[in-house]
Amino acid sequence: MLAGCDGALSTLAPRGPEAEAIATLWWIMLAGSMAISLMMFALLGLAFRKNRRPLSDRFWTHGMGLGFSFTILSVLLAAAIITGDRLIARHQSASVRVEAIASQWQWRFVQPGPDGAPVETQGRLYIPAGVPVEVFIRSEDVIHSFWVPTLAGKLDAIPGHENRLRFEASEPGVYQGRSAEFSGVGYADMLFEVLAYPPDDVPAQFTNRGESAPAAQAGEPDE
Amino acid sequence: MTLIPHPPQRALPLHREMERVWSRPPGLKGFLTSVNHSEIGLRFMALAGIYFGIGGILAMLIRTQLATPQGAFLDTALYNQIFTMHGSIMMFLFAIPMLEGLSMYLLPKMLGTRDMAFPRLSAFGWWCYLFGGLILLVALAAGMAPDGGWFMYTPLSSRTYTPGVNADVWLLGVTFVEISAIAAAVEITVTILRLRAPGMRLTQMPLFAWYMLGTSAMMLAGFPPLILGSVLLELERAFDWPFFDVARGGDSLLWQHLFWLFGHPEVYIIFLPAAGAISTILPVMCRTRILGYEAIVAAIVGLVFLSFGLWVHHMFTVGIPQMALAFFSAASTLVAVPTAVQIFAWTGTMWKGTPRLSLPMLHLLAFFATFVLGGLTGVMLAVVPFNWQAHDTAFVTAHLHYVLIGGFVFPMMAAAVYWLPLMSGRVRVRGVGEVAFALIFIGFHGTFLIMHLTGLLGMPRRIPVYPDNPEWALPNLISTLFSFMMSIGFVLFALDLLLHALFGRRSTRDPWQANTLEWKMALPVPSYNIAALPVSTDITAVSLARGEGALPGAPRGRREVLAVSSLDGKAQHVAVLPGNTLLPVVTAAMVGVFVLLMLFGAYILACTAMLGVLVCGWTWHRFGRDLRPARIEITPGQTLPDQTGVEGSLTRSGMIALIIADASLFGSFLFALGFLSVIAPGWPPPDSGLGLGALLLGGVALGALAVASGLARWSRGPLPGALAGVLALVAVLGVALLLDDPTRHARDALRAAATGYAALHIGIGVLLALIARTRAPATAAASRSIWRLWQDFTLITVAILTLLVVAQEVLS
Ligand code: HEM
Ligand SMILES: [Cu+2]
Ligand SMILES: [Cu+2]
Repeated sequence: MLAGCDGALSTLAPRGPEAEAIATLWWIMLAGSMAISLMMFALLGLAFRKNRRPLSDRFWTHGMGLGFSFTILSVLLAAAIITGDRLIARHQSASVRVEAIASQWQWRFVQPGPDGAPVETQGRLYIPAGVPVEVFIRSEDVIHSFWVPTLAGKLDAIPGHENRLRFEASEPGVYQGRSAEFSGVGYADMLFEVLAYPPDDVPAQFTNRGESAPAAQAGEPDE
Repeated sequence: MTLIPHPPQRALPLHREMERVWSRPPGLKGFLTSVNHSEIGLRFMALAGIYFGIGGILAMLIRTQLATPQGAFLDTALYNQIFTMHGSIMMFLFAIPMLEGLSMYLLPKMLGTRDMAFPRLSAFGWWCYLFGGLILLVALAAGMAPDGGWFMYTPLSSRTYTPGVNADVWLLGVTFVEISAIAAAVEITVTILRLRAPGMRLTQMPLFAWYMLGTSAMMLAGFPPLILGSVLLELERAFDWPFFDVARGGDSLLWQHLFWLFGHPEVYIIFLPAAGAISTILPVMCRTRILGYEAIVAAIVGLVFLSFGLWVHHMFTVGIPQMALAFFSAASTLVAVPTAVQIFAWTGTMWKGTPRLSLPMLHLLAFFATFVLGGLTGVMLAVVPFNWQAHDTAFVTAHLHYVLIGGFVFPMMAAAVYWLPLMSGRVRVRGVGEVAFALIFIGFHGTFLIMHLTGLLGMPRRIPVYPDNPEWALPNLISTLFSFMMSIGFVLFALDLLLHALFGRRSTRDPWQANTLEWKMALPVPSYNIAALPVSTDITAVSLARGEGALPGAPRGRREVLAVSSLDGKAQHVAVLPGNTLLPVVTAAMVGVFVLLMLFGAYILACTAMLGVLVCGWTWHRFGRDLRPARIEITPGQTLPDQTGVEGSLTRSGMIALIIADASLFGSFLFALGFLSVIAPGWPPPDSGLGLGALLLGGVALGALAVASGLARWSRGPLPGALAGVLALVAVLGVALLLDDPTRHARDALRAAATGYAALHIGIGVLLALIARTRAPATAAASRSIWRLWQDFTLITVAILTLLVVAQEVLS
């Protein structure tokens, strides 16, 4: 079952605590929904039985309609709010801060390099693995959305606003990201990747600014 | 008061007498002039069916494109047009008109009356729908169709990023169709509240009427936000008024709020009528009565209110504060409760009765199977963290089709099969329908079930190719194959309808033994529905046809129905309805010309077309001018006045409904104003150049409006009232000249828009005063009370707008 869930953009193959929490939530909700649907289908099927015990009207409208649904939904809601709370508040003080700037149809990332001066990379975001990072998401034209499914949920890049997304990659590796809000003809190819490096082993492409990486280019910021 | 029915007459002469008055001339002339609710309702449904076919073909193009990672044949620009048009057609040109048509067709029959409250408005709505839809279709054929997705987010849809006419087509075409929807909502509301059979209390209405009452209330409150949004965006595109431009005090998020303020209720607007059909058909299929009438009514009322508090769940990823997220998540989850109440009431109904597996029931079972799953994935999407992952992926596409096809298309197919004998007088040819059903059901789940997985594997919606993601290829291929199966099913379904119309045997009366009011008419239903209005519940089709009831026949040679009090259904007066006329089609054509001129940027000419619309509007009111007050015997010994001189006329109820919609528009405008001043980054705005002069003029306008409102309470008021209105209009136009350049900043654009709103309302007030003036004294009270409502509303809104501007000036 889990093999079918793999994929570079799969939300079901989480590689960081945020995406993991959401994937767990999904599996729980899936199980619950399957139980509820089975119950519903059983109730419907039983309606065709010849000699069934009649149930009172109130059982259906109040017992099932109000009581049952309300209980289930409250439990779910509580779980959802607690998870959401944890996801948002988790790393109050992320040490790594990156700016992600979207424009039709590419992503640029700006962050302080090892020597403190800002480094700009295009199409590839460098982050240390195992450490919470904070991404400040902006847009220069239309609405885009920053999404690395294996690491975290998406968050929009909206002109005039700045959004903050916190997440962490558990292990070093390359993670696929893409824009997830329709933005015109170039939308399908608006991809990027996140390279999580071991904290003690900063990749050369990132330190030696100016040298271009295979899929990404590092360069001086404009100003 | 119980009414005694008229004694029986001979049915055939009665039928002839009524046909003479209620039918339409044959041929093209009749087609253009007909205002009959059965015919217009059928036309709505037929046209919606055609649009469903077109939308379906577009869907097949999408699915074919997505079958392989490289995408077969469409280039991206075209693909974008196709999915945008698929979504827009399905939502605006299929679902909404279909439900309008169904309710127009059914409501008068179920409520025991002869037509809708405003027959000309039904026809006007249909012509608007036809013309607005044609604009969209022609654009599609010309390759100039909208391409920003069905929710048209700014700034992608603004002039900078969509320079062509594509977005204007959407904004104008959809607004055109929305006007038709508001018209339908007004008359559905008034019909349900005022045109029931005498003695039918609100609490005794068939559930379908309750559902439609909820639906039309939601349409009145829910469509105006989108109309406002479209008008503002069109103003931005045409005249560069920066409502959504973040550099000049606008905000693209404003569009999202306005769109989803409409968009979420829209989902329930589509679902409720379908649920109404289910509540009607299911008990008949189970040979029992519906379980939990009160609980269902309570659930409807709950849904109507709750569904306006959920819109933000479409915006969970835009970066919303945590508190708001929790609130909207909770609201979105809990809205499932009233839905669950209905589902369980239906299940209980099945347990109570003995279900039979005839074709409508099969479609209802498919509804259950599909809608339950769609509802569950909906609850999942209301869970914020999960939404962050699933939003804008194929998971959402799957969810929305489970809800829309499960919650609307299957019930509509059940409704079609169930009510067809009413429309055609025939019964179905057996066989084809069952095969069609199986293909659609299996095809649907084969297409969309796996799409949940595709989405969780990370496939976004609205992409034409996915060369880097081979893992999506198999599920997509499966979806595509099954979607072909589903479309074959839909073709067979259409074929079934055709066979039915051509070869069906004549149906007996009430073929399902439903014993509800709509089946107590001759088949196919005559133009006037029933020869007499039912006055008690123990009536039969035969007794009605013999005129045993109220207001039998058409002895005065005009179309008469009974208007009742909205709560307890007490007969109040006889309403004389207008007959066949060209006015609706001409007015709709005028509006169409206006829209086209706007599309081509001929704004000055467009103003002249607007004048044409006004002239039509003026002609509209002339009906009923020559009526002289009279008392009419409705049942032996019981006489009632006709509508002349009655204050509580249907038109007045209609005006109240319209003002509710207008108030929602105004409220949305205030929301926009508040949202921009608090949230948009580009505030505070540059210094305003509004001086004392503008203030004075505003004061003059307000004063004149207050005087007009006062005059509207006086029988000799109309002429001086109109003059006061003109004075106010002149003052407001003066204000307009003093305004800052609206292109400078969103605040200035908002002020300009507010001025336009005020001017329009004052102008209409003047027209209404003049109309009241032209009426004979004996009949003037009714038109004066309508004018008064409008005048008061205008006074209040203009006062609020003025206060807000003054507050802005003082605070800055
Ligand atoms: C006849 C069978 C149908 C099929 C095979 C179908 C298929 C599709 C597909 C594949 C998409 C997603 C395109 C993408 O990836 O962006 C889509 C989008 C959509 N569909 Fe359908 N659909 C069908 C019927 C309907 C119906 C009946 C409705 C509504 C009543 C509907 C409403 C929508 C909407 C609103 C969208 C979103 C469009 C957008 O993203 O702007 N569809 N449909
Ligand atoms: Cu919604
Ligand atoms: Cu939904």
